[in-house]
Amino acid sequence: MNLLLLRLIAGRLVMGLVSLLAVSVVVFTITGLLPGDAAQEQLGQDATPEALAALRQQMGLTQSGPERYLQWLSGSVQGNPGKSTVSGAPVADLIGSRLPNSLLLAGFTAAISVPLALVLGILCALWRGSWFDRAASMGAVAVVSVPEFLVATLAVLIFAVHLRWLPALSSSADVSSFGHMLKSFAMPVLSLACVIVAQMMRMTRAAVIDQLRAAYIEMVKLKGATPARMVLAHALPNAVGPIANAVALSLSYLLGGVIIVEVIFNYPGIAKLMVDAVAQRDMPLVQACAMIFCAAYLILVTVADLCSIVANPRLRHQ
Amino acid sequence: MNDSKKLQGLIGSHDSVRLLDALQRGITRRQMIQLLIAGGMQATLAGSIASLAGNAHAQTGRRGGRIRVASATAAVSDTLDPSKQSNQTDYSRGTMFYNGLTSLDGSLTPQLALAEEFATQDAVTWVFKLRRGVTFHDGKPLTPADVVFSILRHKDPATASKAKSLADQILEVKATGPNEVTMRLASANADLPVVLGTFHFHIVKEGTTDFNAGIGTGPYKVKEFKPGVRSIAVRNEGYWKNGRPYLDEIELVGIGDESARINALLSGELDLVGTVNPRSVQRVRDAPGHAVFETRAGLYTDLVMRREGGPGGNPDFVLAMKYMFDREQMKRSITLGHSVVANDQPIDPTNRFHFAGLPQRPFDLDKAKFHLQKANLGSAPLPIVASPAATYSVEMALVLQQTAQKLGLNLDVKRMPADGYWANHWMKSPLGFGSVNPRPSADTLLTQFFKSDAPWNEAGWKNEKFDQLLVAARGETDLAKRTKMYADMQVLVHEHGGIGIPLFLSNIDGHSKKLKGLSPIPLGGLMGYSFAEHVWLDA
Repeated sequence: MNLLLLRLIAGRLVMGLVSLLAVSVVVFTITGLLPGDAAQEQLGQDATPEALAALRQQMGLTQSGPERYLQWLSGSVQGNPGKSTVSGAPVADLIGSRLPNSLLLAGFTAAISVPLALVLGILCALWRGSWFDRAASMGAVAVVSVPEFLVATLAVLIFAVHLRWLPALSSSADVSSFGHMLKSFAMPVLSLACVIVAQMMRMTRAAVIDQLRAAYIEMVKLKGATPARMVLAHALPNAVGPIANAVALSLSYLLGGVIIVEVIFNYPGIAKLMVDAVAQRDMPLVQACAMIFCAAYLILVTVADLCSIVANPRLRHQ
Repeated sequence: MNDSKKLQGLIGSHDSVRLLDALQRGITRRQMIQLLIAGGMQATLAGSIASLAGNAHAQTGRRGGRIRVASATAAVSDTLDPSKQSNQTDYSRGTMFYNGLTSLDGSLTPQLALAEEFATQDAVTWVFKLRRGVTFHDGKPLTPADVVFSILRHKDPATASKAKSLADQILEVKATGPNEVTMRLASANADLPVVLGTFHFHIVKEGTTDFNAGIGTGPYKVKEFKPGVRSIAVRNEGYWKNGRPYLDEIELVGIGDESARINALLSGELDLVGTVNPRSVQRVRDAPGHAVFETRAGLYTDLVMRREGGPGGNPDFVLAMKYMFDREQMKRSITLGHSVVANDQPIDPTNRFHFAGLPQRPFDLDKAKFHLQKANLGSAPLPIVASPAATYSVEMALVLQQTAQKLGLNLDVKRMPADGYWANHWMKSPLGFGSVNPRPSADTLLTQFFKSDAPWNEAGWKNEKFDQLLVAARGETDLAKRTKMYADMQVLVHEHGGIGIPLFLSNIDGHSKKLKGLSPIPLGGLMGYSFAEHVWLDA
């Protein structure tokens, strides 16, 4: 089994590197197709041919696209993702100041929404067809159908502007105590949880129900196991594969896809950094962000696969 | 506070700010009365106004407190390098940490800042005496070498300064004494002190290459600066202006999303926010403890009719379009009243050279029809390019389209994304919209946007007489003659120019009523981006 796991991990690693390379080429090409370059974007209305030439020189945009790409690639391979074209600051610093914020927000959201989704999903499966199941499923669909900017804006209007319980802006920089942190993160986490809980919950419900219909569960029941034991010890391990995949997909969204929440709460995360970088044609920064999102996605999916292999005896003993 | 309100009621907000500013710089009561009488005021009235101003001055400003401010942009390109600064966020930080040789007041007249005195005979050679005893935040005294460095770096192409085209007129900057700097210009420019009062010409320390520390002579020091996130400024205890600044600390964050800015203001987390949409004004006003602050300034969005390769080459078409602007409706429906009707020339009413005698061009469909028929352009639809990048241009284009329909002219509004608009569409489409931020002086504006060889001559308009007047006015030191020349230029642009300017758009900020001391400086919102030095928190 260990050999199998190792082979899988090695294979995934190679595939991951190939994917990263492919993604970097695609991102570079597509960003290159956008109208205007970093110098034009920065000067905007103030652009004159002379100023453009000077700024391009300063930003190192005089080289051709492929040349710049190769330079970036060789730098990145050696662990140096270069400098931001626009601000001149090292990309590693820029990302280093934002990534922890994103990870913190993602971590908070995951810590709350994953257990919540699993518990709700399992209860729904156990009591399928009951009023609880219907209410929870309906609620999940309703919540996931409302766009997150509406949830977030309404939450701000109610809790920040009218009731003044929670801050309208969220920033990890001002956090002084645990209570303060809870307040500061309450609304962003709520808005994000609304989006991802539904998907994980419904996947869990479906996967567990699928197992509960199997013949071996009937056997478990006949042997007189309690419902808790039946679900947790027998059905759930067999349902881990699809659940882990649903969780991985939802969590990968938390890193790069939270732009709207970052904008509404003015949270200095990495998604906003990347969107700004695209708007400013800051190629090294766009590349670095894309690499991080891509790598995070690959890692999460690989971990999900490992989980399902470890949890599934059939795959384990192949 | 009441006294300063009364003062504003008597002599208008611009003059009252000027007066209080003069007091701040330490003029005496006698000097003030002389100033007022020189401005044509009766001696007795001047006396009572001087007292009122004195009282208002005595009451102004409470020391202490911390405020949080949100401007409308934030990006990793945020910079404390004066030569690269480009927006509300950057400029607001610039005035916190730096000073210029001069600063611009409520009528954009240059006032002394780091210069204690400036003098010229011919508007070509200028001598600036530096204020004594001014030190940078790190303790180094201000010397002529710092000034020479700060000005000359704009001329170096390697700096890639945004003010290079303005700095190019300065041929030479030399230290001519222990506290004296002499500048020589390529040609006479009576507005040099105005140019030097703008954000790009803030004075930095000689030899600075990394500007992130924000070492200047300004009222606040940098405590924290994270581009794209926030800056924290703390009071500079050694500031050269007596009693200033009032606040202990200012946190400035950039929040791009307007509703997020407003919500944070109304929830009490922010004390001042820049760029409020007219549609949010009522909401701010209705909230207890909050108010809006409107700055009328020269910001305009204009219809550009290129001379080459389009209908703009036909003067009758250009006139027809200008008559088709339903300015009053645009003012009402697009800006909800937060604008001033413009007259197809770029000098706005807050400017000291605005020509009020120029008759307002009316909304006149008959005349438009007449000129349109004379232009005889056929019935093919005309594409007209608009974008959210040029404030309200999409809305203006739609109003224009509706009007044009009544005359049988088919305008095809092409809405372009803001991203890349300036590089790809502005001044390239035969018919499209541009937008011009307030410039510090009439000369700068006309030179950059209307001179025949101007880099941003939007319509490609060429007029020899205009060019001659422009150069003559620039070197003219007699204010009356100069005013006349600028009036003539405004008439020329109004009648023949290839652009139509329907409105001057106001800048609207929102603030907590506890925040006092805001008064308009028509360079933009947030008190011409220089609120930091002037505002205080009421107890």
